[in-house]
Amino acid sequence: MRLRFYVAKRVGLGVVTLLGVIAAVFVMTHILPGDPAAVMAGGHASAPILAAMRKEMGLDQPLPVQLWTYFVNVLHGDLGTSTSTGHPVLQDLLQRLPATAELSLYSLLLSLLISIPIGVAAAVNRGRWIDRAAQQVAILGASTPLFWLGVVLIFVFYVKLGIAPSPVGRLSTGVQPPRTITGFYTIDSLLTLDWTALASAAGHLVLPVVALSFVITAPLIKLSRDAMSTVLDSDFIQADYSFGLSARQIIWQDGLKNTMISLLTVVGIVLGYLMAGNVIVETIYSWPGIGLYAWDGINSSDYMAIQGFVLLVAMIYVILNLIVDLLYMVIDPRVRLA
Amino acid sequence: MSLTSMPPEMAIEQPARAGLPFRRIGTAVGRLTRRSPGFLVGLVLILCIVFLALFGRFFTGDPLLLNPDVILQAPSLGHPMGTDAFGRDVFARVVAASQLDLMIAFFAASIAFAGGAIVGAVTGFSRGWVDDLVMRLVDILQAFPAFILAVGLTAMLGNTVRNVVIAVAVAYSPYFIRLVRSQMITAREAEYARAARCIGNRPWRIMTHHLLPNCLGPAVVQGTLCLGWAILDAAGLSFLGLGIRPPTAEWGVQVAEGTQYINSGQWWISVFPGLMIVIAVFGFNLIGDRLRRAVE
Repeated sequence: MRLRFYVAKRVGLGVVTLLGVIAAVFVMTHILPGDPAAVMAGGHASAPILAAMRKEMGLDQPLPVQLWTYFVNVLHGDLGTSTSTGHPVLQDLLQRLPATAELSLYSLLLSLLISIPIGVAAAVNRGRWIDRAAQQVAILGASTPLFWLGVVLIFVFYVKLGIAPSPVGRLSTGVQPPRTITGFYTIDSLLTLDWTALASAAGHLVLPVVALSFVITAPLIKLSRDAMSTVLDSDFIQADYSFGLSARQIIWQDGLKNTMISLLTVVGIVLGYLMAGNVIVETIYSWPGIGLYAWDGINSSDYMAIQGFVLLVAMIYVILNLIVDLLYMVIDPRVRLA
Repeated sequence: MSLTSMPPEMAIEQPARAGLPFRRIGTAVGRLTRRSPGFLVGLVLILCIVFLALFGRFFTGDPLLLNPDVILQAPSLGHPMGTDAFGRDVFARVVAASQLDLMIAFFAASIAFAGGAIVGAVTGFSRGWVDDLVMRLVDILQAFPAFILAVGLTAMLGNTVRNVVIAVAVAYSPYFIRLVRSQMITAREAEYARAARCIGNRPWRIMTHHLLPNCLGPAVVQGTLCLGWAILDAAGLSFLGLGIRPPTAEWGVQVAEGTQYINSGQWWISVFPGLMIVIAVFGFNLIGDRLRRAVE
């Protein structure tokens, strides 16, 4: 019963936050100085054209009316129409979402595979060289701008060594995309046994995934080190030792399991970096996801595209954090039984 | 970017303790410069970049000077970082950019710090409905990944240096608000706060004179780290075409300008400005990290 109460409360909070996010984007677009009509019309529009555009966009209405219209539209899935593609923004975004999701998911997996062993090794050898080295690496990694790293990777692996495919898009030119099942080219091509597409898709994923996973690896090393340290200091680990279990057993069983649970609570933070990093990586590698869509929007003053992107990313972020919290409630017996 | 960037969220969730006097930061800095090599390295890196920003232009030419005779030249003695497609000296541009980037970082972090300290102190001290309202607003701001919020704000406010500063400051202010608020909540229950009340101080005076100085320590540490994130985010924004626009010399703009020459092998246009970002942010992160460990 308690659990159900907490879940309901958390979901309720999530819904309120989502409404708050919509309101925040409304404030960003309608109340802040800066005239959406002027942005859309370009720099040289005359006064009558601007007035007409304001009227068409509903900007001449009183603010509460505008806010209400905005809520109604967004909740009906209407994020406006992109001026550069001519399609509804939501349709554009949803069509590009699988590309972004594929990139993000592989980056998250790669980063977890690298950072957790390093973090655990650092925590187990606290204060020794491996711990200090891991922390310095984490700080240095956190200081590296992603947009620069992406460019350097292209230079080294594509231009100089010639081992990476041309850093443009998800497939090489001439390769047909696999039939859409999940939208993940690697999975779809595997399902349809399309080996050419699989090789091409996997090859094109490597550099962007390495770049994107790099930015979240640094914080994850630190987070997993701290989580493992806390676990190793706790009473039940001491109890394990007093039972005569070997250090190896303790670290790999109780230690790692509890570290993963507490890592789950902070994974939401990392998802934020991942989403921010996506915009930059997609820009560099012309990866046709929502980040590249936002960048196109920025460079063609496509005001609706940018606002739709910001809104969608914030909503995904809120929902993912909600899921993470709910998972934690289900997994951690202390929350379940409290 | 933060992105791009590093974990503001990570630094903040430390348990609020009985208050960290502002003065202790001073003693910590003194101790660290003598004992911690990491802190010293960070300090030296930052001092070098500050020196470059202040006096570098006396050693370099005009960062905007076009010179058709020396287009796309590799690094040499005359042009230590090479030249770009317009024959501009990359080193001169990197130096000019260090001034701009440090200024943006300084103002963005200061505004986030000051705004966060004021709002956090007032809400933490008064509690009640003001606190509830402000914290819900903070929740909503934090529902956006910081860099994405900065992207949205700059895109809507328009591309000026001032707007980049505002966007980055707004994106990071929630962390300062939370930090100072949690300190204030602990501090207002402390003995010395009661003592100050007993001898007849007005609440406002207790807050500003007795409690606030004891609540700012963690925020100062956070501020150091924020300088690094601000550089990453400001440069990330301009890389995307938001905020600072070419031909202004700015590290992110420079990296973006160089991307189209990477395929033909002219790496220096992008690589050197990016290295400067790494050095500057690494410096601030080292200082912040050591400072945090020292005061914890």
